Parts: sequence; structure tokens; C-alpha cells
Amino acid sequence: MGKVLTIQPITRIEGHARITVQLDDAGNVQDAYMSLMSLRGFEKFIEGRPAEEVPRIVNRICGICPWMHHTASNKAVDGCFGVTPTPTGQKLRELLQVMAHINDKILHFFFLAAPDFVLGPDADYSVRNVIGVVKAAPELATEVVKMRQLGQMMIDRFAGKAIHPIAAVTGGFSKPLPEEERRAMLRDTQTLLDFSLYALDFAKNNVFNRYLDVIGKLGVITTGFLGTVDRNDGSLRFFDGKQRLMKADGSFIEFEGADYLDYIGEHVEPWGYGKMPYAKIWNEGFSLDLEAPKGIYRVNTLSRINVCDQISTPKAQEALEEFRAAFGRPAQATLLYHYARLIELIYACERTIELLNWEGITDTNVRAKVEPKAGRGVGVVEAPRGTLIHDYTTDEQGCIKAANLIVGTTHNIGPMNMSVKQAASSMIKDGHYDEGIMNKVEMAVRAYDP
Amino acid sequence: MGVKTSLEWLSSCAGCEISLLNIGEALVPILTEHLEIVHAPVIMDHKYYGQCGDQGLHLQLPEATVGIITGGVANEEHLEVLEEMRKKCAILIALGSCATHGGIPALMNGQDSSASFDAVYQTPSTDPGAVRPDRVVPQLFDRTYALDEKVKIDLQLPGCPPNPAHIAEVIISLLENRAPNLPTKSVCDTCPTRREGKGAVNQVKRFVENAEFDPAKPISEMRCLLEQGFVCMGPVTAAGCAKRGAPSCIDARVPCRGCYGPVLPKGNQMLDMMNALASNGIDTKSVVDRRSMLRFSGAHGNLRPKKKVAVKEEA
Repeated sequence: MGKVLTIQPITRIEGHARITVQLDDAGNVQDAYMSLMSLRGFEKFIEGRPAEEVPRIVNRICGICPWMHHTASNKAVDGCFGVTPTPTGQKLRELLQVMAHINDKILHFFFLAAPDFVLGPDADYSVRNVIGVVKAAPELATEVVKMRQLGQMMIDRFAGKAIHPIAAVTGGFSKPLPEEERRAMLRDTQTLLDFSLYALDFAKNNVFNRYLDVIGKLGVITTGFLGTVDRNDGSLRFFDGKQRLMKADGSFIEFEGADYLDYIGEHVEPWGYGKMPYAKIWNEGFSLDLEAPKGIYRVNTLSRINVCDQISTPKAQEALEEFRAAFGRPAQATLLYHYARLIELIYACERTIELLNWEGITDTNVRAKVEPKAGRGVGVVEAPRGTLIHDYTTDEQGCIKAANLIVGTTHNIGPMNMSVKQAASSMIKDGHYDEGIMNKVEMAVRAYDP
Repeated sequence: MGVKTSLEWLSSCAGCEISLLNIGEALVPILTEHLEIVHAPVIMDHKYYGQCGDQGLHLQLPEATVGIITGGVANEEHLEVLEEMRKKCAILIALGSCATHGGIPALMNGQDSSASFDAVYQTPSTDPGAVRPDRVVPQLFDRTYALDEKVKIDLQLPGCPPNPAHIAEVIISLLENRAPNLPTKSVCDTCPTRREGKGAVNQVKRFVENAEFDPAKPISEMRCLLEQGFVCMGPVTAAGCAKRGAPSCIDARVPCRGCYGPVLPKGNQMLDMMNALASNGIDTKSVVDRRSMLRFSGAHGNLRPKKKVAVKEEA
């Protein structure tokens, strides 16, 4: 048995994970895998809690995307209590959920991923980070910090808390949007839209064109894709729609989120706490074999960009057309997640503006009448990291009796493992490895923004 | 060169780290000039076992003047990281309510955690026959601990998330070699809502209807949420969340749930709140799921599996 290399912690991601690379006697990769190292047990410790409290508990699953859990959870509780939110209440939830996508994408691309590209994948670890980016490109970095803050504060100002929100409630929203606030948000979002167009341009010139050879090779695997699209016209959707599950050949089936149990299973391996969702409906089982994976699909930006027929907003649609002309549909190259992320950044800004211009957005009828009772509800939204499913059952008191969660990132655990294996096997040869190579293995994970 | 600083996260969600970022533009000089970050998994690529992962089996962290840790201690790896941080850092700061009081993950302390962790692998979407993973992954503890239950902590800054202004104040006070100026009162003490006295309220209601308020008027015109009959944890919760005058949740017209932990470090938010309700003539039986009053402060033995606390609870 040869050496074992342990990359831990995987850095510039949200969470605790490690990569294990097992070398054989000749120093070639025998096996490589990524393990999720933490388990908190949200599904179990929300049992017994009054269901209407749960949207303000499960947001702590993720401090980067708390709005996703907050809104998916609220939808699930609506289902349990059999309540339909008021139109304005539902639109306010969508507004905040889509706005939260804006900061998330700026954060990931510029703070977490950019150091690999701006400073280069082989740069010394002590400078290959956001602080290094600030020193190398101070004007860009200051602008990025300002923009992220702008996006974060427009949420915080209106909804009280941007991190670990409380303002979406069973039946709708806790307060109406004042006209003055709406106008301020519109102004800020316009600034963010301008920045997002600049960001995509910047990335095309400085990242995607410069690293085309790396993009074509690093962590590349072939899988299916899952995402949410508009029920009527198949456009990209973040907040509500039907689920579209596409095979690698581009053919797809569709289903309602509430029926997820018929389509998705979760596979467990003994070497990581994360469960690995797979397409049970394909009836081919589960395998991470690089040549012939079984049941494996991906989620998150690239996946959504692949499954949608189009994007309903003009600037993002323009970017999508250019992307498809260059990379086809479905595009498989893992590093294209970054490109897709910036297209979605544009969409998130444009969609926010649409929602702010919706005629009922400042209406004061924000919450429907709610009565706790027994029932079941499934809430689905597209989190930045993928399709997020909250499934609750309540007892007669309206307290949680059972909960099942499939969190965005987890759909990608299988694919990330494949990308890690592909990257490690193709770069570590005859006992040769160095810091740059080990970082590139991590870049194959980082693209998924786990 | 700035002050050598090391950051770690344990059983956490990254919300504290995002709150640190929410310091905004003022963060740029802090990160580039005042501090020298030597280890921080969320933004920086320093590794435990050497940069190529071939340096031994014991994790290694660099020496630092200041160590900032978020998250509680829920598994053996968290403890190993915490002990190494204590060894290598002159000043150790617990940031956020998970680090100071256990936080939301310590809700698990209220049940038989081993059975519950097993059950996570038996949900309806999980393949039949799956069992809890046990290779490579760190062994889980039977409960989640606050950091000061395991090592000496020099400064506690709670909040879920902590207020960015206070994170900045802590960092700046360290640089200026003075004690930080942090709030000491309760959420109620900092709440601008209108108080008229309890009136006829003798039951509490669940938050399944919105508070009564005129959206066109400032928050000082809204009546206290407790007086409106909702459970609001303001009386027994440490202040600090207010960013624009009112406590954050109240600002959203939603009652406080206690995310800064107890006002006094050793306080018990559930017992204190039940006492407060009882002494105001509220029927405490109207509280559904009183144990979730400890949802942010379940460490330090406050939340235990149900049978054992039954006596204490009814006391």
C-alpha cells in the first residue's frame, strides 16, 4: 500500500470536508474521495417543535444561504397547515429569496473562487486568497466588497436580519414593503445589475478565456442534471416551478417537488456523513464509476443553466445564448459552474427588479390566516447550491412529527467525488504531486461551491 | 505586519463568518493591514496536515496572537481543533451563540443523540439498510458543548449571528489594547416598542398571526409584543442585535427567540422566562414546547434528554 494524502480542511468552501487520496506503490492514484465531516441532525431536533417556529430554526443549516432554508421551510409549513399565502406575502418571500442569490454569487465568485484565477492555481497558499486579491487588484476588490455589502444591507434593512432571517412566516410575510423602501431597493438593484454585467465581462476576459484548457480538463465528468423550471414555458426559476431531471443526452422528465420521493433516493457510503442523492427513477442504481456512472445527476448553477429552455429576463438570456453557442447543452465541464454562476447573478438582479415592479408588492395584505393542524407539506426552492427540499409532517397540535430534508449541496456530493477522482488521477502520476496540483484537485470541488 | 490571527469553525453554519464580512468596507483595512491571517479555512488555504497532506496524522495550526472560533464542540475533531487553537493562540475568542452557548445545534442535547443521528440515515428517501457512516469521519459526542466547557475562553461574543459592529469593536479594542465596549443589558432594555402594561393577557399565543401595528408609523408606535400576547424572549435575552435602533427581530415585527443567549452568563433562558410569565399572571401551560426557549443556549447542561429534566422543568 502506498502513501495517503489528506487534504484537510478543504478550504474556501462553506463547511467541513476532506479529500483522501490513496496512492499505490508506484505513486499513482488508487482511490480518491471526499468526505463530509460534520453532522448536526436538524431533521431530528426539529421534531416536537411548533411548525411555525421551524423556518427560524432551520435557517441555521447554512449561514450563507439562510433565506433558502427559511423560504423552503415556510412553504412546507404552509402545506402542513393547509394555508395558501396571500399573493403579496408569497411575492415578498420570492423577492427576498432571489435577492439573497445576488450576494451569494458575488461572495462565491469573488471571495472564494477568484483567488485561483486572479493569482493563479499555483500561487503560494499564503497569498492565494481574498486578501491576496485585495492586494493584487485593490480597485476591483473594493468594488466587490461594496457591492456585496449593498446587496446584503438592502435585505437587512427591510427584513431585520439578512443572516438567519425571521420575516417570512407561515401564511406569508411579517410586514409589508413600504414604497420608500421599494424605491431604494430598486435603485440598489439597478447598481447591482450593472455590476453583474461588468462581473461577467471581467470573468470572460480574465478567467474563462484565459483558462479554457483547464476548464476543458479539470474535474470533467459526464452526468445528468436537476433544476427548477417554469411550469408553463420551461424558463429558469429559483423560487417556484416544476423539477426537471435531465439525462446526459439532454432528454428529460419532469415532476412536482411534492413527489420527490418517487424520483430521488439517497445513497450512503461509510466514509462521509453526507448522504448522496441519486436519480432512483432511472432504475439503474447508484455508481460513481467515472466511465459509467449510475443514477448520478448534478445541481447548482451549471445544472439549472442546462435544464432550462431559456431565461425570462433579457440580459441573462443574452448571456445564456452566448454560453450555449460556446459550450453546448448540456455543458458538462465542471469549471463552467463559475460561468453559469455569473449568468445567474444577472438573472437574480433582473428578476429582483421585475418583482419590485410587480403592482401588488407594496400591498399590506401580507399574511393569510393560519391554524396549526396535522398535515404534510413539501417546500422546494432552488438554493444557490441546488434544489432544496423540506418535507414536514405535523401532529394535531401543529408540531413537527417527522421531517426529511434534502439540502442543495448534497445532490452534488456524488459528482464532487467523481470530479475529485478524475482530477487526482489525471494529475498525480508516478508519485509526483505538489501544492499546485493539490490545489487544483480542490478547485474541482470549489467549482461546485459546496 | 498586522496581529497574527487564526480563525476556525466547529459545529457551525458560516453565519458568523458572513457577519464578519458584513462589517463592510471597514473590513478591508482590518484584513489587509491590522491583522495578519495565518489560518482561516473559510478564506485561506492553510491545511492541517501540510499543504500536500503528507505531514503526519496530528493536525498542526500556526502560532497566533488572536484566535477566533465559531461553532460549538460536537465531535472529536472539533475538540482536537479547539485544543490546538488554545495551545497556539494567546487570546481565544468565542464568536457567536454556538461557541458561547451551544446555539441551535445544541437542540440535539434535548434528545438521545445517538439514536437520533442513526435515524438521520433511516429517512424515507434514504436507501433501506443504510447505517450511520463510521469511517474517516470523526466520532460524534453525545452532546454539543460550548467552548468554555472544554477550554479557557478569554472573550465571549454571542449572537446568531453576532452584530458586525461588535465583531469590529472586539478586533479594534484588541488592537488598541483596551477592553471592548459591548452591551450588557437585555433585549427589552433596548426595545423601543410601546409598553402600556399587561392588560387582560393571561395566555400566550403562537406566532401564527402577525403583530398588530401600523406599517406607516415608526416601531415606537407598535405595542410591546409580549403585551400583545406573543411569547417574546426579550426580557431574558442579552442585548446586542439592534442595528438600526430596534432589536433585529422586533424590527421585522417578529418576537425575539433569544439568539444572544441569557442576559447573565449563567442564566437559564427557559426557567427565567417561565418565571417572568408566571409572575405576570400568565398561564404557563399556554406555552407550547417550552424547551425550545433553550434553542440557543442548550449547552452547559441546560438541555438534556427529556426524562432527566422532567423534575427540573416542572419546578
